[in-house]
Amino acid sequence: MSKDIRIKKGLNINLVGAAEQTTSKAVLSNVYALNLDDFHGITPKMLVKQGEEVKAGEPLFYNKNKEEMHFVSPVSGELVEVVRGARRRILTLKVLADKTQQYVQNKVPDLDAADAATIKTFLLQCGGWPFIKQRPFDVIADPDVTPKAIFISGYTSAPLAAEVNYVLRGKEQELQAAIMALSKLTPGKIHVTIGQTGISPFTDLEGIELHRISGPHPAGLVGTQINSIDPVNKGESVWTISPQDLVMLGELLLTGKFNAERTIALAGSVIKSPQYYTTKIGAEISTFLYASGVKEDRFRLINGDVLTGTRTNTEGYLGFYNNTVTAIPEGDDYELFGWNKPVFNKISTTRALTFSWLQPKKKYDLNTNTNGEHRAFVVTGQYEEVFPLDIYPLQLLKACMVKDLDEMEQLGLYEVAPEDFALTEFVCISKQPHQQIIREGLDLLQKELG
Amino acid sequence: MGLKEKLHTFRIKNQDKKWFPVFSGFHTFLFTPNETTHNGTHIKGADDLKRTMNTVVMSLVPCLIFGMFNTGYQHYLALGEIEPVANGFFSAGFWAMDNFLLGLWKVLPLVIVSYGVGLAIEFLFCVIKKHEIEEGYLVTGMLVPLIVPVDLPLWMLAVAVAFGVVIGKEVFGGTGMNILNPALTIRAFLFFAYPTWMSGDKVWVHGAVDTAGTADAISGETVLGFLAQGRTAEMGYSLSDMFFGFIPGSIGETSTLLILLGGLFLVFSKIASWRIMLSAVLGALAMGLIFNSVVDAGWIPEYSKFYTLMSFEYWQHLLVGGLAFGIVFMATDPVTGSQTNQGKWIYGFLIGFLSVMIRVFNPGYPEGVFLAILLMNVFAPTIDHYVVRGNIKKRLKRLKTATIYPKASDEVDALKTETA
Repeated sequence: MSKDIRIKKGLNINLVGAAEQTTSKAVLSNVYALNLDDFHGITPKMLVKQGEEVKAGEPLFYNKNKEEMHFVSPVSGELVEVVRGARRRILTLKVLADKTQQYVQNKVPDLDAADAATIKTFLLQCGGWPFIKQRPFDVIADPDVTPKAIFISGYTSAPLAAEVNYVLRGKEQELQAAIMALSKLTPGKIHVTIGQTGISPFTDLEGIELHRISGPHPAGLVGTQINSIDPVNKGESVWTISPQDLVMLGELLLTGKFNAERTIALAGSVIKSPQYYTTKIGAEISTFLYASGVKEDRFRLINGDVLTGTRTNTEGYLGFYNNTVTAIPEGDDYELFGWNKPVFNKISTTRALTFSWLQPKKKYDLNTNTNGEHRAFVVTGQYEEVFPLDIYPLQLLKACMVKDLDEMEQLGLYEVAPEDFALTEFVCISKQPHQQIIREGLDLLQKELG
Repeated sequence: MGLKEKLHTFRIKNQDKKWFPVFSGFHTFLFTPNETTHNGTHIKGADDLKRTMNTVVMSLVPCLIFGMFNTGYQHYLALGEIEPVANGFFSAGFWAMDNFLLGLWKVLPLVIVSYGVGLAIEFLFCVIKKHEIEEGYLVTGMLVPLIVPVDLPLWMLAVAVAFGVVIGKEVFGGTGMNILNPALTIRAFLFFAYPTWMSGDKVWVHGAVDTAGTADAISGETVLGFLAQGRTAEMGYSLSDMFFGFIPGSIGETSTLLILLGGLFLVFSKIASWRIMLSAVLGALAMGLIFNSVVDAGWIPEYSKFYTLMSFEYWQHLLVGGLAFGIVFMATDPVTGSQTNQGKWIYGFLIGFLSVMIRVFNPGYPEGVFLAILLMNVFAPTIDHYVVRGNIKKRLKRLKTATIYPKASDEVDALKTETA
């Protein structure tokens, strides 16, 4: 039985260059890298020294505050470089891959009989744990905490993002195994939200509460779904995990091997033939980028989608949580009278001589220009139109900016992640960095509350 | 090398100069900057603050041009050189070149002084505070000439603008931070500092002040002035005069028709809040109806000085004075108004309601819109506070049913203490 959710507020950003639904195998990457910024708030303690050999699934480092939490190597090979930044903070770990991959064979727990502690220990040991995120704070889940529910979004609404139903095709077995394991970790439900249409691999799975959602972006964001199904209260904790990471957990639980392989979408108007590739976490982006070809030399390469991804370059590596790589044109050029002339080739939620409202289905080729300068908050009522959560976005942002902990708590900062504020950031006339403001607010709240 | 490249090189070269914000202000007027996103969203919507402000300015232009024609028309009409027009909005007698030229001669200096003084102060503060020039004053500078009497001496306007921009805006931190609408602060300053220039029957028509006391003395009373003094019989303005704007008054406020069109444009372009406009109209109608029914009930004797204004047909309040202008262009200022959607309903309604109330009960000066809006500017944060409180309460209520499980480590600790 499924429950219907309708999202009314929001904005679909239709962009040129969506990935065609064919999958190629990417060439093998020489070096695989873990970018430590992907693991927000984790202080790494190395277990392997530079120059040592590791197997795929062998721990590279652990979380300083939670020693059982291991972060494993996606491939077998030699740890060739530990890139450090200011104050010797570790930024990136690079592993030079072996020709033939060797996997750590973990002892698989019996899923039917195992209790929560066994599952937790297994996932923490074998590197599956970091895939599980928690709210509040949008960080890797704290294994000490029992969540009231686990949320999985099986619906894609973000611009140019990998289509969940496509990349999960044929993975029902892994998904079922992972869901069985996760269901031991919470006394509550596992909420899975899928679209109204399309064939979802989740439809026939057991042990889940199925919801169907319709409406514009951010309907596919798990934060939107949590807010309409069972919002997070102060003191509560919910876990979220992306469906593709669920497949990895499933395979880990079924075979005992950490298989970092995943299907990713390479999309964006700069890509000549945007499509899907199978590759591994941490692979060099160039291994599949040039297979599809690029139309120009200068462009913005993004690990993730255009709204929430992180900036990278052609020497970059696929992020730990990403299943989309996007390339769009850079917009570092001046535009004569760009502020008052009629605009037909950009997206806007207003009609102030901007005409995107005439063609809601048109696909746009947007670049990275900010279309104006950073300003103080002036306009009101604009964010609410694209923000479906039962939260006052402007007020919450301002509370974060002035570091008012009480207000942040009361206005619902526990319920949100930075990605929930991506659309408000996109439409913001004052060009304020909403996601960064929310991220800093979350970090402050977590620090103060311990 | 084109202009674009020249300006770019100049910009890079002079980034550390004190006057850089001023150059940047002009530069970004010519070209939208080459700034790109960093992290966060890699793409951005098409609108920026300049476009928003420009939209408001565009919607004000018809009022400004009409005001110029009306200045000349009222002047020549008072002199008896032309006849009142009666052929609808496009009467040739109104849209005459003579009218326009006189209006242009009188109004343009006001616009120039308003922008000149205001922008100079903005630039100065931006240079001192080393931040970008924000566009807030583009709208304020346009609003100010439209809400003052035409014969206002330029030096008074200059003093008032300086006061309004510094005290009304810059001391709070500039655009986006002010509590009171700067344009109304300027008007309030003028009104309380130079009341003889802001009310009476000698200020609304060009030439009335100069000729006062002479044989050629002309005067022009506003509709509200007539009503407040109970001289309705002498008024002689038809309803269509009021709606089209062929009446004396502040420069831009007279034509309800053009204000309505400007308002519709702002609502359509989603720049101004339709909630505030609609609820303010409802508020004004409600108060008007209350006054009308009080009069109908016979509680107010005819000799009462409030009688004429109270018995004024309730919906006609929207056609006279600055009510329509205030509702469309002032009350909808997003910075000083309510910021929540629910709050906007309350805020707007009270503006309309109080405007008509002050208008009727203010014996000295029969206009209440700017006072009502300034008052509600002060209360807007309070309204928002209670609206947001509602959301917070809902969240607190939900908290009672929260399912919080003890931490695993707590259980272990509890077990330890038990076994010990």
